[in-house]
Amino acid sequence: MKNVMSNKTVIALYVLPALLLILVLVYVPIVLTGYYGLMDWDGIGKMKFIGLENYIDLLKDKMFWSSTYHSFQLAIFSTISLLLYLVISLVLASKIKGSDLLRKIYLIPMLLSSVAIAQLWLKIFDPNNGMINSLLEMMGVENAPVWLADPNVVLYAIFIPIIWQYAGFYIIIYYAALKNVPEELVEAARIDGANPVQIAYKIKLPLIAGVFKVTIVLAIVGSLKYFDLIWVMTGGGPNGASEVMASYMYSEAFKSYNFGYGSAIGFALLVICLIMTWFIRKLTAANDNNNQF
Amino acid sequence: MSEINTTKEMKATLSTPTKPKLSLGKRLGFTILYLILGVVAIFQIYPLVWLFMFSLKSNQEVFGLSPFALPQDPQWANYAKAWTQGNISLYFFNSVWITVVAVVLTVILASFVTFAITRMYWKLNKLVLGLFMVGLMIPIHSTLIPLFDFYNKLNLIDNPISIILSYTAFNLPLTIMILLGFYQTLPREIEEAAVMDGCSIHRIFFQITLPMTAPVISTTVIINMIYNWNEFVFVNTFISSDKWKTLTVGIQNFIGQYLTDWGAIGATLMISIVPILVAFLLLSNRIVEGIAAGSVKG
Repeated sequence: MKNVMSNKTVIALYVLPALLLILVLVYVPIVLTGYYGLMDWDGIGKMKFIGLENYIDLLKDKMFWSSTYHSFQLAIFSTISLLLYLVISLVLASKIKGSDLLRKIYLIPMLLSSVAIAQLWLKIFDPNNGMINSLLEMMGVENAPVWLADPNVVLYAIFIPIIWQYAGFYIIIYYAALKNVPEELVEAARIDGANPVQIAYKIKLPLIAGVFKVTIVLAIVGSLKYFDLIWVMTGGGPNGASEVMASYMYSEAFKSYNFGYGSAIGFALLVICLIMTWFIRKLTAANDNNNQF
Repeated sequence: MSEINTTKEMKATLSTPTKPKLSLGKRLGFTILYLILGVVAIFQIYPLVWLFMFSLKSNQEVFGLSPFALPQDPQWANYAKAWTQGNISLYFFNSVWITVVAVVLTVILASFVTFAITRMYWKLNKLVLGLFMVGLMIPIHSTLIPLFDFYNKLNLIDNPISIILSYTAFNLPLTIMILLGFYQTLPREIEEAAVMDGCSIHRIFFQITLPMTAPVISTTVIINMIYNWNEFVFVNTFISSDKWKTLTVGIQNFIGQYLTDWGAIGATLMISIVPILVAFLLLSNRIVEGIAAGSVKG
């Protein structure tokens, strides 16, 4: 048995193709991006080694810091909205007829491409013919915001389609976790006279804490990487008001052809994502009594 | 998966006797809950209804009438225009075949790896698994410039191979993660018996294991399909000629050219959305399950 199942040639044959792909296309590039960050390079011509100059510039670059700040703002919004999704899931998972159908309806936006979502919401936010301002006008609101064109509003406006896109995803996850809570526990608590809020707070939530932590990581790291929707809706504008780390990296590299500087931003993005992952896990591992994590 | 169903049945039998008649307060409570859930459902679905409506409108209607008005005289011509003038048919075709090739490649390679990790005995399997799992956390943008340079040197820029390979590499971690959960619960006895009978490993993998994992394979196929169909950054970066563009980048270009033609834009978006919606109508249970499996098992 063991002999057949430890045939080295077969193992290599089965593992190497995928391993090579991920090494060459994921791991080698993240090392290279750090290395290219040491170069002055336009992507086509020769690279010129300039040491840490790009990284030092990065630390002094206001645009980099404001894009990082915007990314973290999105991460915070996303984390807070998890609570909303959790409440909806709690309601959905408690004796609600039609919860299957509702869950599926909630999920639909998640299946669409960010490009399609962005284009649709560009129309919804359109100040003249869009859905939102027409609705506000019908309600008698004067001077409705111009949403994506207003630097003070744009980041909040963009967060609405983000909620729209991801709500169903998190609700599905929480719902699945809540359905795995043993019914006997809930029933026992009910017989003891606990009300639904107490049951949710004292029994259900502690039991799905592990899943909740996973979703915090997903929401935060996902927000820090966020790109498609913002790129299509605003391109980081107006005036950098919705620039995030990934969009800043992309414009520097593929619009301004600063491949060296773009690589430095890409490397900073990687480091920030990995640190955040480690940090959240550390933070949430303190009183972790299940190894979901 | 099936556990969810059994708990639900259990719940139904448990809860019916304890719920004789709802008091007024409880009924009011339920009404409010349904109201909240209904509002959320409208928020999730209405933008798409609205999209469908303006995809059938002429520009006079879009700019002259209320955005909530129904299309007076449905302009199906918008769809014809998007399909023919916008190259959408070509982008559509590219999306289909690139998605299919990448999905097949990803699921096969991931199955090989998962089989080797869970069924075969070797020293570095934990390390290799770790490499795949950490891959989940790596942002695409941190690899983009070196990947661009790499494909450029191999003359693979503006070649669909570049996006197929990238899709495969970046979807392997999630696919392996979903497969792993299933492989670990799968009994080994059948495979062990096959080994006793002198069956070769390849035959075991292709004729025993792979068919047994069909349910989870269909889950991973769907998840991969959705991701690849909707992917934007790689195509936008590595592909420059219309010939190889997929729908996401294609519609982005088309819309750039027809900025004020709301009807055509709406029709284009609908065309890109409909295949996913149809797949969802047919396979919604598997999709829901796949998404739940994909993250909860982390």
